[in-house]
Amino acid sequence: MTSFTGTGALARLALRLDRVRLPAWVLVIGLTPAATAAQYKKLYPDEHTIQQVAGVITNPSLVALNGPLFAPTLGGLTAWKIGMTEFVLAALMSLLTVVRHTRAEEETGRLELVRAGVVGRYAPLTAALLVTGLANLACAVLVALGLVGTGLPVTGSVAFGVAVGLVGLVFAAVAAAAAQLTDSARSAVAIASAVLGAAYLLRAVGDTGPTWLTWLSPIGWAMRVRAFAGERWWPLGVAVAGVAVLTVVAYTLVGRRDLGAGLLPQRHGPAQASPGLRSPLALAWRLHRGLLIGWLIGMALSGAVLGGAAGAIGDAIGANPQITDLMARLGGGRKALVDAYLAAVFGIVGLVAAVYTVQATLRLRAEEAGGRVEPLLATPVGRIRWAASHLVVALLGTTVLLAVAGSAGGLGYGLQIHDVGGQTPRLLAAALVQLPAAWVLAGLGAALFGLAPRLAAGLTWAGLGACLLLFEVGAMLGLSRWLVDASPFAHVPKLPGAAVTATPLLALTAITVALIVAGLAGFRSRDLG
Amino acid sequence: MTNAISVSGLCKSFGRTRALDGLELTVRTGEVHGFLGPNGAGKSTTIRVLLGLLRADAGTARLLDGDPWRDTAELHRRLAYVPGDVTLWPNLSGGEVIDLLGRLRGGLDQKRRASLLERFDLDPTKKGRTYSKGNRQKVALVAALASDVELLILDEPTSGLDPLMEAVFRECIAEERDNGRTVLLSSHILAEVEALCDRVSIIRAGRTVDTGTLSELRHLTRTAIAADLAQPPTGLAGLAGVHDLVAEDSRVRFTVDNERLDAVLRHLTTFGVRSLTSQPPTLEELFLRHYSEELV
Ligand SMILES: Nc1ncnc2c1ncn2[C@@H]1O[C@H](COP(=O)(O)OP(=O)(O)O)[C@@H](O)[C@H]1O
Ligand SMILES: [Mg+2]
Repeated sequence: MTSFTGTGALARLALRLDRVRLPAWVLVIGLTPAATAAQYKKLYPDEHTIQQVAGVITNPSLVALNGPLFAPTLGGLTAWKIGMTEFVLAALMSLLTVVRHTRAEEETGRLELVRAGVVGRYAPLTAALLVTGLANLACAVLVALGLVGTGLPVTGSVAFGVAVGLVGLVFAAVAAAAAQLTDSARSAVAIASAVLGAAYLLRAVGDTGPTWLTWLSPIGWAMRVRAFAGERWWPLGVAVAGVAVLTVVAYTLVGRRDLGAGLLPQRHGPAQASPGLRSPLALAWRLHRGLLIGWLIGMALSGAVLGGAAGAIGDAIGANPQITDLMARLGGGRKALVDAYLAAVFGIVGLVAAVYTVQATLRLRAEEAGGRVEPLLATPVGRIRWAASHLVVALLGTTVLLAVAGSAGGLGYGLQIHDVGGQTPRLLAAALVQLPAAWVLAGLGAALFGLAPRLAAGLTWAGLGACLLLFEVGAMLGLSRWLVDASPFAHVPKLPGAAVTATPLLALTAITVALIVAGLAGFRSRDLG
Repeated sequence: MTNAISVSGLCKSFGRTRALDGLELTVRTGEVHGFLGPNGAGKSTTIRVLLGLLRADAGTARLLDGDPWRDTAELHRRLAYVPGDVTLWPNLSGGEVIDLLGRLRGGLDQKRRASLLERFDLDPTKKGRTYSKGNRQKVALVAALASDVELLILDEPTSGLDPLMEAVFRECIAEERDNGRTVLLSSHILAEVEALCDRVSIIRAGRTVDTGTLSELRHLTRTAIAADLAQPPTGLAGLAGVHDLVAEDSRVRFTVDNERLDAVLRHLTTFGVRSLTSQPPTLEELFLRHYSEELV
């Protein structure tokens, strides 16, 4: 058991280090479902109205985005609306927490200090998993209590809470294994996030087509618990088995490798730099390249899959009076329905691309805090030139991502309806109108980096989190108009379908420019460090 | 231009910590200047101000006749810097970092790069994250030494090097000096400073407590004398400048203020000197004397 010595002390240390971060995650994840249920209760007070919306939700585009609606009840509707968001948030919280307390500590060398003390080989991993487990338990309990509090059935509330917590645990275990494979925290997060993306896509495709694909996805397992719709508990068993297998893998790998090393072999690099590596921009490209390529692959796949799903819309709607009704109200028939779906998809694509924007922008702060800027700025390279190099990559990278997602979506949809030439430019436009809104987050990151560097990472992520929440539930929660409008994404024209007005796009771009200028001015006159 | 660096009255605070408190530092062109001080004395902070990375609260700092905050880019073309805590990009190889930093500085001498790599026994193909502390430092050293610059600013450059590499480092710095380059060497390895530096500045708690050539500094201190005399001495204890006297019959040990050395030796010879050893104060003693004032 000496391999586990020190686990308690390390777990307490991790809790202390995360004393703001983890409670924030837990509160958002724990309280959102209850808030959603409470709002639905107000919006749809009786059986009849619920039946009406439920009919609309059988529309395959919404199924692709959020999964199927299992029961036309208040509980079923709540679980459907917020389930996907909750699962993804719990997964992100867990994978980031585990990597932060394992591979990240190891990479910075802090773990060496700890391991040299009275701490066993397995203690750091165990402590990280314990802390993450605790956070997921807290989420599950809060979710269940909150839902019961709004008057929903106890069984369903518990099932939903447990499903959220278990998705978190699965991705904690995924991250635990990923953290043993590579020797950098960045790649470990990238691997675990790729698994999360794949889980989402498998479920999306499985729910609209070949069902067996859903069963390959941890998110699919959690959905199939059917909270508030005749709960089935055995899919939770699948999740538990998944956690167990991945955890065993992680522990086996820890036992096999050296401290600091990964399992994937460390390759050597060139003895001399390529002739192009001679400017800050070339260096920035080199540093961002891997991340951007990973994102490009993810965006191309997602765009193609979600665009392709649009082709299926309408095939299934003839028999559904509610949808026919909705189509009549939208006034454009099937085309309007597909456009509404695509507009929703690209709204999400825009937000997801902004995750990359924030990651890439915050690289500025990571480079500074890691002490890697000092040697660069001790050469004739000026501060502005250095900062601009990373911002250029963040801004152009976002542009390329959105362009690729739009083109892939146009291709995916166009091939289905034999109109590649017509759909590609339409969906390219639908993706690119998101660009100014995503850029605002680069502006926010840059401004904070220049003016309040220590808060930059936390506040920029919080800003993006607020945009996501406002997008998902803002309008529904009946938040005041100006609060909803605070998200740059609220001002993006809903393409395809809506009319494009240049004013909001220009305004968002102007805001981005102003924020970046403020950030650079702040950075130029402040201390480095 | 006679001074490569002149700093006076420099103050810098981080929140409540006063890192620099009226620091003075003058480095003449062409000299190797030792910058000594205990941990936390403010050496790295001073260097960061000189590099324009930090902005001083008060005082003046001039670097190569320019203002380190305003003329940053022009000045940096003429200097190279090795940070105290070298961090490299995890997935760039050492060779790539050396080339990149050299090119940003306006090019580096390939022949010199190759010979430095060999002398420091550094494998340039390894990735940044796999280097040990000492090897990361070697990467930064090779990048700095292979550049054609007037001024080298080195912040505790040998703290991770083994003795063999430390010797290579000393050779390299000696060559740099012979080539007429100016070096500011922050260190707390006294033997290194003693071997390399023309002048030193000792700082403590953000203030300069002593500065000058080693012999000037020694002048203010004492020499240890041990002598075996023909007959037991008298009157030694009463002589001005004699301290810590221990006398056993005809053997004596004491320390003497250097400015009194001549008079005291004259006095000793009157008792017939059979053998005599004298030890000039080591830099360590200088250093300890200044530092222990902290305790007073
Ligand atoms: N960025 C910073 N923020 C807060 N305190 C700092 C910072 N940099 C240095 N200090 C403090 O300033 C003092 C001088 O530090 P430093 O110049 O690094 O000393 P040295 O290099 O001589 O060991 C120390 O007390 C240190 O803790
Ligand atoms: Mg220092």
